[in-house]
Amino acid sequence: MYVAVKGGETAIEHSLELLADRRRGDRDVPELSLRQIDEQLALAVDRVMTEGSCYDRELAALAIKQARGDLVEAIFLLRAYRTTLPRFGDTLPIDTARMVAERRISSTFKDVPGGQVLGPTFDYTHRLLDFALMANGEHPAAPTAPVDTTNDLPRVGDILEREGMLEPPPSAENDAPAQDITRTPLTLPASRPVRLQNLARGDEGFLLALAYSTQRGYGNNHPFVGEIRFGAVPVSFVPEELGFAIEIAEIDVTECDMVNQFAGSHDVPPQFTRGYGLAFGHAERKAMSMALVDRSLRAGELSENATAPAQDEEFVLAHSDSVEASGFVQHLKLPHYVDFQSELVVVRTLRAEVEARLQQAAE
Amino acid sequence: MPDGAYNYAYLDEQTKRMIRRAILKAVAVPGYQVPFGGREMPLPYGWGTGGIQVTAAIIGRDDTLKVIDQGADDTTNAVSIRRFFARVADVATTTRTEEATVIQTRHRVPETPLKEGQILVFQVPIPEPLRMLEPRETETRTLHALSEYGVMQVSLYESIARHGRIAKTYNYPVLVNGRYMMSPSPIPKFDNPKLDRNPALQLYGAGREKRIYAVPPYTPVKSLDFDDHPFEIERWTECCALCGSRESFLDEMIVDDEGKRLYVCSDTDYCQERQGAQAQGKEAP
Repeated sequence: MYVAVKGGETAIEHSLELLADRRRGDRDVPELSLRQIDEQLALAVDRVMTEGSCYDRELAALAIKQARGDLVEAIFLLRAYRTTLPRFGDTLPIDTARMVAERRISSTFKDVPGGQVLGPTFDYTHRLLDFALMANGEHPAAPTAPVDTTNDLPRVGDILEREGMLEPPPSAENDAPAQDITRTPLTLPASRPVRLQNLARGDEGFLLALAYSTQRGYGNNHPFVGEIRFGAVPVSFVPEELGFAIEIAEIDVTECDMVNQFAGSHDVPPQFTRGYGLAFGHAERKAMSMALVDRSLRAGELSENATAPAQDEEFVLAHSDSVEASGFVQHLKLPHYVDFQSELVVVRTLRAEVEARLQQAAE
Repeated sequence: MPDGAYNYAYLDEQTKRMIRRAILKAVAVPGYQVPFGGREMPLPYGWGTGGIQVTAAIIGRDDTLKVIDQGADDTTNAVSIRRFFARVADVATTTRTEEATVIQTRHRVPETPLKEGQILVFQVPIPEPLRMLEPRETETRTLHALSEYGVMQVSLYESIARHGRIAKTYNYPVLVNGRYMMSPSPIPKFDNPKLDRNPALQLYGAGREKRIYAVPPYTPVKSLDFDDHPFEIERWTECCALCGSRESFLDEMIVDDEGKRLYVCSDTDYCQERQGAQAQGKEAP
């Protein structure tokens, strides 16, 4: 009789089995391998690694497979695994000037030292469905120019900075190690390292919409793409017992340095300001959105009027996380009948009182 | 340990220690929301991650765990959380309030009075009682620091002005030990009197918001009200259809297409205990 109350245990078991069954789909279709997901759905893997804060292509691919392609769910899976991992220490900051860039563009200068390199981009594709892919067409390997791995690739921002036209990167208040937002609760106002961590883990759709809102007048900051670069950078770590840095990995990152309208005053000469975005793998939409939002969140620091949502630190940082947002929105599926019962009781009482009053007035 | 890939009770020992320190601070300052480094749990935010972290930090092999949601042991999320701890903490579970040493709950306080030594762990969605009146954390922390709670009194007064009574029904704000205003989590106000001077330790965990707060045993907890509009709880004209109780919180069920209603206890253990006693011809507890 009490369908809503009874039988939870068996129902959950059956639901889990059914989910696993649906995930596999038609058994006549070959099962996806993690290698296939990694190689052929690489950008999905990149997003899951970025917002999952864990650089591991295989685990991200596993999460995508297990989540049936639901990327927010996959990010959640990866995060819940990451949180159990022991911490050995902090690596040295990566140096993106040492990047072996596969792509590098600037929209502020026609040409820059090191050149404009388009690399693999959707930008100039015509969005026509390619029916050859449907027919399972193999594609020959693309020719690539040799990459200069010996020289650093200077950053456009550094060149502008030397001239004093662009502010130096806003530094942390002191040299203390950055607070890890996965270990300590968010306190406000947040330091910039905390803000950038939050944005790096933030939901791409949320940041995209916020960044877009700044372009439509809700906190305009007149941005130009100083530079976007994508490629591999080495990761170095100083083990305590050695006392010097060793390279332990190479990771792909996308970096966006956004150059924004000058601030200036009677005493301070006008200068371009910057916003910064960084993501694992190839994720330009994410890195650009992050850079725009980072810059708009500097409104207070740069004495701008903070009136738009994208300039409101507490609003942005508290709502950027897809795992938090998805969980709390979807918790409404849980039973709420005790609270609803309380509401029923009071609404009935209030209605009865109003009806009694109306009847009395009519008599 | 059944699932060897993870530490006992899922969380690593350093994290448990961090949570225990937050709990100790919370117990020392009743009703104060202690920020803690909440972890990502393998269950979704909003589904009890705060309560689960608190339980994981305090549970041991000698404990007996009871998990309820809406007062019932067999609602899906209660089942899911109980299974989680049975799996990662190898802990004995029970549905009997009397037998449990740790009771994790969502939205209810058990009807059976709790005893010294028992711990009641609440799952809290929004720990800040002032949140719906002031969305900014920077502001509300200041208001707590100054004990500046006028905004809540005004909101209750507005409810009286509009409805002739305080129409707030759950998550009804309380003042703990005469100092901190506290959200009792979304329990019905029916349960608020049970928080007052309760012999059990009450721990409140909010995972997404990364806050822990506590009410130590025998601490006074007062539901806010006015002299001319004293605090009152829900009442039903009906009794429980299964055990006949007139004292417990009743859930209403629609049992046919014509909208016929049936009322039963929301606390399934309490209801079953009473039915069992009645079957044996004894007086119901």
